[in-house]
Amino acid sequence: MSVLDRKVLRDLWQMRGQALAIALVMACGVAAFVMSLSMLHALENTQERYYEDYQFPHIFVHLKRAPRTLLERLVTVPGVSQAQARIVEDVTLDMPALAEPAVGRLISLPEHGEARMNRLYLRRGRWLEPGRSEEVLANEAFAEAHGLHPGDSLVAIINGRRQQLRIVGVVLSPEYIYQIRPGDMLPDAKRFGVLWMNETDLAAAFDMEGAFNDLTLRLMPGAPEPEVIRRIDRLTADYGSLGAYGRTDQTSNLFISNELRQLRSMALIVPIIFLAVAAFLMNIVITRLIGTQREQIATLKAFGYSRVEIGWHYLKMVLVLVVLGSVLGTAVGTWMGAGMTALYTRFFHFPVLRYRLDPPVIGLGFLACAASAVGGALGAVRRAVRQPPAEAMRPEPPQSFRPTVIERLGFERFFSPALRMILRQMERRPLRALLSALVIALATAILVVGDFVGGSVQYALDTYFHLAQRQDVTVLFGEPSEGRVVYDLGHLPGVRSCESFRNVPARLHFGPRSRRLVIQGVERQGELNRLIDFHQQPLVVPAQGLVLSRKLAELLDAHVGDALTVEVLEGLRPVREVLVVGVMEDFFGTNAYMERTALNRLMREGPLVSGAYLAVDSARLTELYDKLKHCPGVAVVVVKEAALKSFEDTIAENLLIIKSFMVVFACIIAFGVVYNSVRITLAERARELATLRVIGFTRAEVSRILLGELAVLTVLAIPGGLWLGHALAELDTLVNDTELFRLPLWIEPSTYGFAVVVTLSAALVSGLIVRRQIDRLDLVSVLKTKE
Amino acid sequence: MIDSSTAILPALDGPRGQAVFQARGITKVYRMGEVEVQALRGVDLDLFPSEFVVLLGPSGSGKSTLLNILGGLDVPTSGTVRYQNHDLSAENDALLTRYRRQHVGFVFQFYNLIPSLTARENVALITEIAANPMPPEEALALVGLSERMNHFPSQMSGGEQQRVAIARAIAKRPDVLLCDEPTGALDVTTGIVVLDVIARVNRELGTTTVVITHNAVIAGMADRVITLSDGRIVAQKSNAAKRSARELVW
Repeated sequence: MSVLDRKVLRDLWQMRGQALAIALVMACGVAAFVMSLSMLHALENTQERYYEDYQFPHIFVHLKRAPRTLLERLVTVPGVSQAQARIVEDVTLDMPALAEPAVGRLISLPEHGEARMNRLYLRRGRWLEPGRSEEVLANEAFAEAHGLHPGDSLVAIINGRRQQLRIVGVVLSPEYIYQIRPGDMLPDAKRFGVLWMNETDLAAAFDMEGAFNDLTLRLMPGAPEPEVIRRIDRLTADYGSLGAYGRTDQTSNLFISNELRQLRSMALIVPIIFLAVAAFLMNIVITRLIGTQREQIATLKAFGYSRVEIGWHYLKMVLVLVVLGSVLGTAVGTWMGAGMTALYTRFFHFPVLRYRLDPPVIGLGFLACAASAVGGALGAVRRAVRQPPAEAMRPEPPQSFRPTVIERLGFERFFSPALRMILRQMERRPLRALLSALVIALATAILVVGDFVGGSVQYALDTYFHLAQRQDVTVLFGEPSEGRVVYDLGHLPGVRSCESFRNVPARLHFGPRSRRLVIQGVERQGELNRLIDFHQQPLVVPAQGLVLSRKLAELLDAHVGDALTVEVLEGLRPVREVLVVGVMEDFFGTNAYMERTALNRLMREGPLVSGAYLAVDSARLTELYDKLKHCPGVAVVVVKEAALKSFEDTIAENLLIIKSFMVVFACIIAFGVVYNSVRITLAERARELATLRVIGFTRAEVSRILLGELAVLTVLAIPGGLWLGHALAELDTLVNDTELFRLPLWIEPSTYGFAVVVTLSAALVSGLIVRRQIDRLDLVSVLKTKE
Repeated sequence: MIDSSTAILPALDGPRGQAVFQARGITKVYRMGEVEVQALRGVDLDLFPSEFVVLLGPSGSGKSTLLNILGGLDVPTSGTVRYQNHDLSAENDALLTRYRRQHVGFVFQFYNLIPSLTARENVALITEIAANPMPPEEALALVGLSERMNHFPSQMSGGEQQRVAIARAIAKRPDVLLCDEPTGALDVTTGIVVLDVIARVNRELGTTTVVITHNAVIAGMADRVITLSDGRIVAQKSNAAKRSARELVW
């Protein structure tokens, strides 16, 4: 090792506290990067392989009933490589552990041979045997939620008849990686199970012999999906098709893509912010380190070391920290990534989710870290090596000071000499003071962003589930029913109030764009399901026209006053022009609302309803559930609290884990930044402070001058940091503005409070550490040596 | 006071043959904070091989500036300086760096040792980049510090630190040794030890040596004494008989 390299190590050891703090800040950036990117890769690769190996379809169609002969025509559509017909029916399950009815989705499996698409992965047990009508395969999430094993039985109510089904195997399907009942916003594995049965038995139970009601297609590579969808729609329209759709609208896939998108943005934005802080910090530290080593640089130059050699020497110092930060960050990021990936398996059900750290991820993390650090240090290093050696050899010219602006304005009598020193020091080098304040502000901002997600999610949940959705139970009918059914429901035990709604599957077209969704016909003066926006303002649905989610309006590029073409996918399938009369900022999904009777008119039907919201006396829930289980028309019962709880147990918990990582990172950064600032100030001003001690200042007075600067900077930085935090939080909500979920920019006062407290604590602790060093300042040696 | 003029310009071929340094009409103006300082106001100077020169003068007379220019640390504002066939007045960092690396040894008033390196390592810092260095141990033995090789600067006295600095300067076997107030921060006894080492290097290695001082007593050690004042050479004298450092008293 060359002597200069030894100097690198010894200098770093000398400033080990600071070096460690910088390395930790960089480690945070690298850890966030490695964690998100490795998780992203793990999920992407697993998903891709799973889709290919288990033949996940490209196109999906659900219809009322079509003859099997239609299949032959479907496969002739150009671009289609395979088609598979199935029978899919939702039934009520009577689970012993649940008072309320659960929904079971029965899917047919061909009696002989393997399914062509959506092949199942057998986790436990065995496959179905032909001719055994009671046998089913259950999906893993549902089986786990109920502790069901092969050999266990459950009761389904099929066409009004209670039927005992026996689970022979537990399986996974690429169609239900994220297991959520289409139409729900939150997964609930306890109340939604997917069961596979022999086709013959299912067909017999639902009178579907020689027919099917669900179709999946795989396309040839490069086939034009929109064109295929148009042709499939034309062929299936007469059979009650709900409209063909591609993978992007497939519920499970949509949720996974959404998660991947968020991971992608997290892999980008968070490390960029962290590494930017590291770069600023590096700039400040290296600039000042070089300032204190001015003479050493001049000496090296005097003896013939070249600019390149000296520049390289300081860059090596930076690189040692980069390596330290990268190694630490990669280790922590890998650990967190593996842990988080394992957490993902709680709601993403893959046969195997392999977490693997790719060398390119490590390499990229290192490069990003090195780029930011070197970028931060380069300016300082270049200035240092350019300095003419003779100039560096001379003592620095006395710094020119003058009274600060505030003093010149006549306020000087309010300032003590100590405060004047602090203010003049800062005013003389405003850029440096600004940069220090900026870095502290960034740390505060990261604290705000790290913490705000929790409050924001809570706000969204509270608004949506308590202010907007005030029902306890939602009942969905198998078929649209007469409005008076609502009166019957209203007389069920425990029901306090009841409100009907009409849901109509449709495609909205505007110009070249279209979306497939369910138009929700709601009561005009609805009390149980209200439209409440981001600002918790209720919205009354106009008597005519459509109200769209802001996200949906954006996707269609439609505005209030535009006429959309509504292509209904149910009943008489009317196609009508409907005006957009409102756009609302909501939290979940892409929704289109209409007044219920207006929707009935559009459908050219009487006062039909698709279901009802019920407010229920909680003491009589069990009684109600028991009745609902045996209501023939009731297809689905959604229990709000249960769904909410399941959400809080899974996704919310994940969010909170990510949040706590962010908060830990932010604390490290805040501390690293503040500690470094004050250490450097001490190094620069040791001589001045020692002089003050010699002429009779007490330790406390000297500390006050040094820490006063820190205090002033911190106090200046905090408001800026809060503002910056708000801006970054806004960026975060913009990035996470997805079709599924939109986070409102809602920052709890406690989040701001938390950021301020942590920043101040970091300043306080750093101050105390440095205070101890001031106490140990060696007066004689400081003054004896040349500055 | 004698005005600097061609009258005292020494002959180009001195008693010791071809001059190694030739400075002609050099001036230097630099800014010190908000003040402009005229450090040199037209200096002509020749230095010869193996010569021991003492530059005398009060603070601010331009001694250090002249030394810096001779050492390639700084360039004159006007005028020319040549070292053998190197032009030292052109502002070419790479050229000056190479010149310092190959030919010059510096000793500073405040030693300028790298605090994080031991004595041996401070010397090795130079031997690692020099073309034909002596081993650091040998250089340290030459200044009588074999016993203290593994000590850090903070563990050594001022005199010891300065001797390390001298060892560092001579380890590359420089053609010229430039010392800026080498005894300025030292007490008399230590100062004499340090001067003795410098004289020994000059004698044994034949290194052209320039020592800056405002201590006139030291002038007794020199072959030639040049006095600067207010940026000009005001006197030059040659010593017929040099005194050894041990004989000096101040």
